[in-house]
Amino acid sequence: MPDAVLAAAPSRPRLSLDQQVMSWGLWLALAFLLAFLALPLGTLLLRAFETPEGGFAGLANFRTYATTPALLVAAWNSVWTAALSAVIVVPLAFGYAYALTRACIPARPLFRAVMMLPLLAPSLLPALALIYLFGNQGMLRGLLMGGSIYGPAGIVAAQVFYCFPAAALILAVALSTADARLYEAAAALRASRARIFLTVTLPGARYGLVSAFVVVFTLVVTDFGIPKVIGGQFPVLATDVYKQVVGLQDFNMGAVVGIVLLVPAVAAFLLDRWASRQRSATMSGRAVPLRPAPRAARDRPLLALCLVVAAVLVGIVGVAAWGSLIRFWPYNLSLTLDNYGFSRFDAAGWQAVWLSVRMAGLAAVLGTAIIFVVAYVLERGPQKGQLPGLGRFAATVPLAVPGLVLGLAYVLFFNHPANPLGVLYGTLAILVLNSIVHFYTVGHLTAVTAIRQLDPEFESVGASMRVPVWVTFGRVTVPMCLPAILEIAIYLFVTAMTTVSAVIFLYGPDTKPASVAMLHMDEAGQASAAAAMGVVILGITTAAKLAQLVLGALLGRATQAWRR
Amino acid sequence: MGRPLRRQVRAAQLTPRVTAATPGIAAAALAAAPRREDAYLRVEEVGKQFGTFVALHRVSLSVQAGEFVTFLGPSGCGKTTLLRGIAGLDPPTTGRILQEGRDITHLPPSERDFGIVFQSYALFPNLTVNANVGYGLRGAAWPRARARERVAELLGVVGLSDQGEKYPSQLSGGQQQRVALARALANEPGLLLLDEPLSALDAIVRQHLRQEIRSLQQRLGVTTIMVTHDQEEAMGVSDRIVVMSRGRIEQIGTPAEIYARPASPFVAGFIGHSSHFEAVVDSPAGMLVAGGARLPAEAARPLLDGARVACFIRPEHLRLAPPDAAPPGALKARVTGGEFLGPSCRVSLEAGALRLLAAVVPAELAALGALPGAEVAATLPPEHLMVFAEDA
Repeated sequence: MPDAVLAAAPSRPRLSLDQQVMSWGLWLALAFLLAFLALPLGTLLLRAFETPEGGFAGLANFRTYATTPALLVAAWNSVWTAALSAVIVVPLAFGYAYALTRACIPARPLFRAVMMLPLLAPSLLPALALIYLFGNQGMLRGLLMGGSIYGPAGIVAAQVFYCFPAAALILAVALSTADARLYEAAAALRASRARIFLTVTLPGARYGLVSAFVVVFTLVVTDFGIPKVIGGQFPVLATDVYKQVVGLQDFNMGAVVGIVLLVPAVAAFLLDRWASRQRSATMSGRAVPLRPAPRAARDRPLLALCLVVAAVLVGIVGVAAWGSLIRFWPYNLSLTLDNYGFSRFDAAGWQAVWLSVRMAGLAAVLGTAIIFVVAYVLERGPQKGQLPGLGRFAATVPLAVPGLVLGLAYVLFFNHPANPLGVLYGTLAILVLNSIVHFYTVGHLTAVTAIRQLDPEFESVGASMRVPVWVTFGRVTVPMCLPAILEIAIYLFVTAMTTVSAVIFLYGPDTKPASVAMLHMDEAGQASAAAAMGVVILGITTAAKLAQLVLGALLGRATQAWRR
Repeated sequence: MGRPLRRQVRAAQLTPRVTAATPGIAAAALAAAPRREDAYLRVEEVGKQFGTFVALHRVSLSVQAGEFVTFLGPSGCGKTTLLRGIAGLDPPTTGRILQEGRDITHLPPSERDFGIVFQSYALFPNLTVNANVGYGLRGAAWPRARARERVAELLGVVGLSDQGEKYPSQLSGGQQQRVALARALANEPGLLLLDEPLSALDAIVRQHLRQEIRSLQQRLGVTTIMVTHDQEEAMGVSDRIVVMSRGRIEQIGTPAEIYARPASPFVAGFIGHSSHFEAVVDSPAGMLVAGGARLPAEAARPLLDGARVACFIRPEHLRLAPPDAAPPGALKARVTGGEFLGPSCRVSLEAGALRLLAAVVPAELAALGALPGAEVAATLPPEHLMVFAEDA
């Protein structure tokens, strides 16, 4: 061996190419989140403190807000309709989820699929269906006994339909992670069924219940489509933002209302994070999964509940679909496809549909790539300093930002004369970017969950064999995570197809998405055409979901060899 | 294939020291051991801090070419931290590490020369065994045909020639372990790092595999560092063992050395079984007082009168006799319990305030009548009492 040992030059800490690539990735991720999330929201915040002339207004705008009774009424309306919707939908969803996870009922996959139906159409669709049934020309109007569907009743009813899948999904997850040994222990101690339910089942699901309540509340407060269509003269926060910005062109007051809208959403977001932290602490890794045994006294009522709920879900969509085929509701019930000739009702016509498909497709492809790579870099990149933590926090923020607020923030930020990114305004690109950011968090969490399931040493093994990290990423990480990647892509596609609130401020004359066209047709009194547009959107998203199933099965078969 | 051959020669030269069992030869080996210049790997004053927690306190050691060294210690003793420092996965905060005279302290893993087997194996589940083993055989140095040959050769070495097309999940735990080993050796690394390579396997497979790893290591002559918390594993395969505790090295030595002459109370208690008791040095020189009994102990001779000491004695060194045939100086003891272990029985005894363990072959046990409650005479041979002055 050489004698040069002692002469060896001391080495300094330095980054390998892998680490450099990872930290570049981290910087790019942060730059993306800064440009398309933090800066727009910052602009929104600033505008709330500006006078219309651009000077500093201090709290004047907020004072005006607080002293305008109409605006305060809207805030209160938002809160109570949201709370009422949550109180109705959470117990229903709990029963449904309980039947799916803790009872032996037939056709569980079918019930699960039906449960997702409301997610596949814009929220306007149930509102339209309710108008068909209970509106001024509704078939079942008599059932209301003189009451009106336009207003809080319609809003709550439509919201219950629209929010049902979110609540049921959360509760199904909460109820599916039960430890069978707790039930065995309780039964061995001769506890009655009711006592077991109260002492084991409910406490086990309590954070799920909190989450479901909070999520429904936020969804209702921040939803724009339903109150716009069925709210009548009943003001809520979401429609107020729209009115201030589109109707009165008062961007500063719009920003103020947007911030007010942000408050319950952020509070709900924090509460939900607290609940999910508690939940993860209650499940031990060595739990034995619970497998329910058939029991008629429990299964039959639950099956009945599922059938009723599923029938209502399918029925409401069915009414909208039927309405879209009716020549002139309710006087001429003959069937026609005329309502699908969209160019008769809206200048954009079918172009709106193709634009939506292009926008959703681009959001799915680009968004999945961005979300997955960013999640990978945040999880597996260098963990030194504050940056990765900051990135992780930023990735969860979009969940707390209502679409309307994000859309308004984009308008204010990208439309600012001094912004070099202003060229994006009114283009397809801004719609795509806005959709990606708006729905970022759910995709991010899915990606993180998938990446965390991989052995943490994969990159180390690669490095020890001098294989660059991007090769390991391409050969191992991405193939292993394909199901999650597919899920993210379809989620982005479906939500981008159905969203109204995020894009309502952002579309340009040549870039009107189908969901906005649907809203405009309804505004113009063309309810049937709006329903038809909703059905077209529903058809496309359903096709995407089916494609996910088929692709997932194909992937499963292709990768069966290495999945146990 | 020149490098492994060269190491093979070196390994052969090392063998006498490897098998050194008698203390004399072991001591000579220790004296002759690490001359600074010819060590393959040198760890100098390496420390590692995570926030305020000190995982490693300025640790120094060296590893000779072709040697099999084990880092042994309870969980949290810093052994894995040290291994990851050597691998460059978590570079140390202080000190330096030299491999073949090259300062590698802050080199990224991809610029070092090592192969590693992780506790989880970290086999790529979506790649076949062939693709896993050949994962690092890429670039200009490894044309496809040559890479394929190398993979076949490695699978032959670990005895999995016919499993190349399978996926990791289709293999048993032991087979997965061998694939991980083959993959780590694929690039002909100068240093093989094994991070608890056997802990995920059941007992019988472990015993078998550890001998396989050892013989493979000797055949290839690759310098190897293994991390384990299992002392039997460490004793069974290592040339030298580095016993660690709380981020410090307690002792470095051959398995025989650390068993026979532990350097600290921690090592005496951690390696093998032993009974532990407190004592005070008394006169004449070499006499201890423990729990009221006077015990001669050779190791206590250099110690000052009145010093407090910790004493250890191994169960197999304790000699038992029937009470009526008690040799001079024997302690009267009562049997409090017995464990049947197969080849021997472990008897727990109470001699006054002393609690002792003795290993007895079953036949002898019957002759002694050492059932719980019985009286026996226990002798603690002075040459086998391990005595450590308490720092105070």
